[in-house]
Amino acid sequence: MATKTKTAMEQGDIAAWAGFAPGSWQTRVNLREFIQRNYTPYEGDGAFLQGATDRTLGIWKTLQPLLVQEREKGILDVSQVPSGILAHPPGYIDKENELIVGLQTDAPLKRAIMPFGGWRVVAASLESYGYEPDPALGEIFTKYRKTHNDGVFDAYTPDIRKARSSGIVTGLPDAYGRGRIIGDYRRVALYGVDFLISDKERERHEMDHRHSTEEVIRLREELAEQIRSLKELKEMAKNYGYDISVPAVTAREAVQWTYFGYLAAIKQQNGAAMSAGRLSTFWDIYIERDLRAGKLTEQQAQELIDDVVIKWRVVRFLRAPEYNQLFSGDPVWVTEVLGGMGEDGRTLVTKSAFRMLNTLHNLGPAPEPNLTVFWSPRLPEGFKAFAIKTSIDTSSIQYESDDLMRPKFGDDCAIACCVSAMRVGKQMQFFGARVNLPKTMLYALNGGRDEVSGEQIGPKLAPVTGETLNYEEVMDRLDPMMDWLAMTYVNALNCIHYMHDKYCYEAIEMALHDRDVLRTLACGIAGLSHATDSLSAIKYAKVKPVRDTRGLVVDFQIDGEFPCFGNNDDRADDIAKKLVSTMMNKIRMYPSYRGAVHTQSVLTITSNVVYGKATGNTPDGRKKGEPFAPGANPSNGRDTHGALAALMSVAKIPYDDAEDGISLTLSVVPSALGSQQEQIERGVNALDAYFSSGGFHVNINVLNRETLQDAMKHPEKYPQLTIRVSGYAVNFVRLTREQQLDVINRTFHGSL
Amino acid sequence: MTGPRTGSRYELQISRQGAAGRKAAGDYYAVHPGDVEEIKEEEDLTGYVHSYEVGSTVDGPGLRFVAFLTGCLLRCQYCHNPDTWHKHNGRPVTVSRAMQEIAKYAQVLKISKGGVTLSGGEPMVQRPFVLRIFRRCKELGLHTCIDTSGRLGDRFSDQELMDIDLNLLDIKSGDPETYEKVTHQPLQPTLDYARRLSELQRPMWVRFVLVPGLTDAWDNVEKVADICAGLVSLQRVEILRFHQMGKTKWQKLGLDYPLASVDPPTAELSERVRAQFRSRGLTVY
Repeated sequence: MATKTKTAMEQGDIAAWAGFAPGSWQTRVNLREFIQRNYTPYEGDGAFLQGATDRTLGIWKTLQPLLVQEREKGILDVSQVPSGILAHPPGYIDKENELIVGLQTDAPLKRAIMPFGGWRVVAASLESYGYEPDPALGEIFTKYRKTHNDGVFDAYTPDIRKARSSGIVTGLPDAYGRGRIIGDYRRVALYGVDFLISDKERERHEMDHRHSTEEVIRLREELAEQIRSLKELKEMAKNYGYDISVPAVTAREAVQWTYFGYLAAIKQQNGAAMSAGRLSTFWDIYIERDLRAGKLTEQQAQELIDDVVIKWRVVRFLRAPEYNQLFSGDPVWVTEVLGGMGEDGRTLVTKSAFRMLNTLHNLGPAPEPNLTVFWSPRLPEGFKAFAIKTSIDTSSIQYESDDLMRPKFGDDCAIACCVSAMRVGKQMQFFGARVNLPKTMLYALNGGRDEVSGEQIGPKLAPVTGETLNYEEVMDRLDPMMDWLAMTYVNALNCIHYMHDKYCYEAIEMALHDRDVLRTLACGIAGLSHATDSLSAIKYAKVKPVRDTRGLVVDFQIDGEFPCFGNNDDRADDIAKKLVSTMMNKIRMYPSYRGAVHTQSVLTITSNVVYGKATGNTPDGRKKGEPFAPGANPSNGRDTHGALAALMSVAKIPYDDAEDGISLTLSVVPSALGSQQEQIERGVNALDAYFSSGGFHVNINVLNRETLQDAMKHPEKYPQLTIRVSGYAVNFVRLTREQQLDVINRTFHGSL
Repeated sequence: MTGPRTGSRYELQISRQGAAGRKAAGDYYAVHPGDVEEIKEEEDLTGYVHSYEVGSTVDGPGLRFVAFLTGCLLRCQYCHNPDTWHKHNGRPVTVSRAMQEIAKYAQVLKISKGGVTLSGGEPMVQRPFVLRIFRRCKELGLHTCIDTSGRLGDRFSDQELMDIDLNLLDIKSGDPETYEKVTHQPLQPTLDYARRLSELQRPMWVRFVLVPGLTDAWDNVEKVADICAGLVSLQRVEILRFHQMGKTKWQKLGLDYPLASVDPPTAELSERVRAQFRSRGLTVY
């Protein structure tokens, strides 16, 4: 069967590909070439778009009472059948009316358990929502089957454990799925599963002659797992009544096949971020073909996109309360990339990029999918204007620099999670959470002792002495502390990813990759602005350490003014740049698991609250326990010269040393002045200005503080109020109270 | 630096000098002699700047670099920057230093079709500084804009007005008595300035702050609208709805805030006032 299909494909005459420009994509998996040869760039505006049909709204409405119940209960329902691609029978929202089908379990919003990551987490999650964990499963996953979580703790060193529990290295994916892997789900639609299986078999046979070293054995086993998963994927689709062994023929099939690929992934893995990839331009090729053939109307095309977006909006994972503290509001990061420019200078914007944004108008604002616009000043003006209009109306979009990513990752890259770019199907990352930079600086002052517990966590180095902190002296002590941090950090990540591969392998996602992928080790830092401002205070003002009875520096007297990060002032911004580059270089010193390329992000998601909680007073005047600024944001209220100055400071952080992304979140009060056209123009111009100055990422919220305050008091009035936080969007009413306050207390720019 | 500062212009911290100066001057309300004194012409002259903000969208077209200069003769009841009334509320800044800061943003301001706005306080108090800055901005190809009450408009020659691409002219009331009540200054100089700009064909946007119970009377609005209707170079009218964001500043300065209990105008009232302007064929926001 597989061989037969392949032969037909080689002849290039199969019905599924009729009308497509031929190329080497017909014999070897090559999505980029297929897209480049077949897509239709769109330079116009959004006037062609259609609203939601009654059918679409009917499905969306069916979900509303369930979403209300879910919000009240925490989770709606749970299945204790360990999840897998074939674990649950087909599920529907409204079987008669759905155009695109497929749910993670047999009912909408019913969550599955995924114990391969760790049984304790599953049990704790169930208990926290009032469910009793199935004792038989408990026995299986503690007695007979080891999990990722168990593996990691078998391999951790005492040093790592200490660093982990003190809050200097935290949020590690050692008790939850690492995620951040994007299967190339488009392959399912373009080639059909049989072709993909035969291709994986080819990849495997190519290795037959290679000597069985540990590395080769692992890869062979993985390929076997991948092939098994592809077979299960086919079976899963069959249960829904579809034969996806062959390529998709119609636009509807193309969306359905692609979604089945994604569905298999979210049935198999509870990853911290389960991105969709870069689908709209690919789908647009099929939609255009059907539109030209008169088989589809614009309204029907929009329905397909609306329908799959509804599916993405109800993706759910069972997660533990600790996880929710880190990443609040139940995010999944179904990140879908829109826009960007091709390497040949044509825009990658298609009408379907508009259709995707239009779902926010048709169905209302929502945090998922995490719609990510790749911005370049060269994007067609019509698309820029429509994206900004959608931001003003819904605050649901994030923007990232196409011009920074394209040279590094090509024009067929997508975003894992928030800001992590990778070539689709050719690259994956080992997610590494982040380390706490302000705490590291406090360790440098205290000779490796924790400023809260007093325990010796870091190396026992000489603490600072004297009445006033001296910049050079502090930097001298910070350097070896960062060395130790980088070593401990990479050590921990290597253990984690070794065990994740071993006990919780992402077979279906990796089946939708090339065999020989580029891996990155995605490290990260939190609290950049506080570390920067603290060092600036030490350098430009007079900072006197205050010691407690244990001799620990626990507070600071700050005398004089000092420049802060976020004001486009090189005195402060240079410190931030130096911290980022220094940390990156130190991380690069330590070999990584599987030869992964070291990278780093300046991103916190909502964990800035937790990190801040675990960190004592800092020399910038931040009080013990106060949240850090999120991502690469300037500290709250320290950016006193307006939004553009803040943007320019953040744009200085070198992307070369933070290739996993630099996140900035901006809240803007809607301007009442000028026409809507002018407001849109200003937004477009602001993004052009930011991105042409080297900015990497920005979330834009257009909201009043008063609205958020009201939403805290009356959450029932704001079920769809969406707000972007570092790297993702959330339903504001689903944040914890602490996080809501953090968002409200952040700087709102009166303009931009 | 002790407490956190905030990014909103309405919450700008009162500078230490400002606070100290307030104590020294017996009556904060009074216009101090130094406030309106012309700055000496020097090679690199010094102006007094309270603060600046980059990226504003409410002070002229595009994105603006807005510098808030200090010194003002008006004592508007609704003033949201009472910490800019006296020249010593600001910090001394030389033209070259100010231009150094502006130049950092020249490119992005141009991309955004924006430019530089001098606001205050009443920027016209610092005429030579304003002119020097605007001249240098023009040399950089930047759009220039002044946010003014026009009270000191006669200090500027026709030639000097040519370096100002746009006047944001605040007409705080149309009725002379109301104007004096609101600002403690006469209306006539503002009207003279507006007519002069009109005759010279210099572009302007008129701004009118709508305060319930103070400036919202039908007749008062009619008079402002009539004035506007007679200005040929008027491009638009902006109705600025009164807000309470200046309140804490009044309190911090130990001043009685006359509008402490006034609510922002309702949507209906704002729309009524806009309609009054619109009925004369004016573009209103």
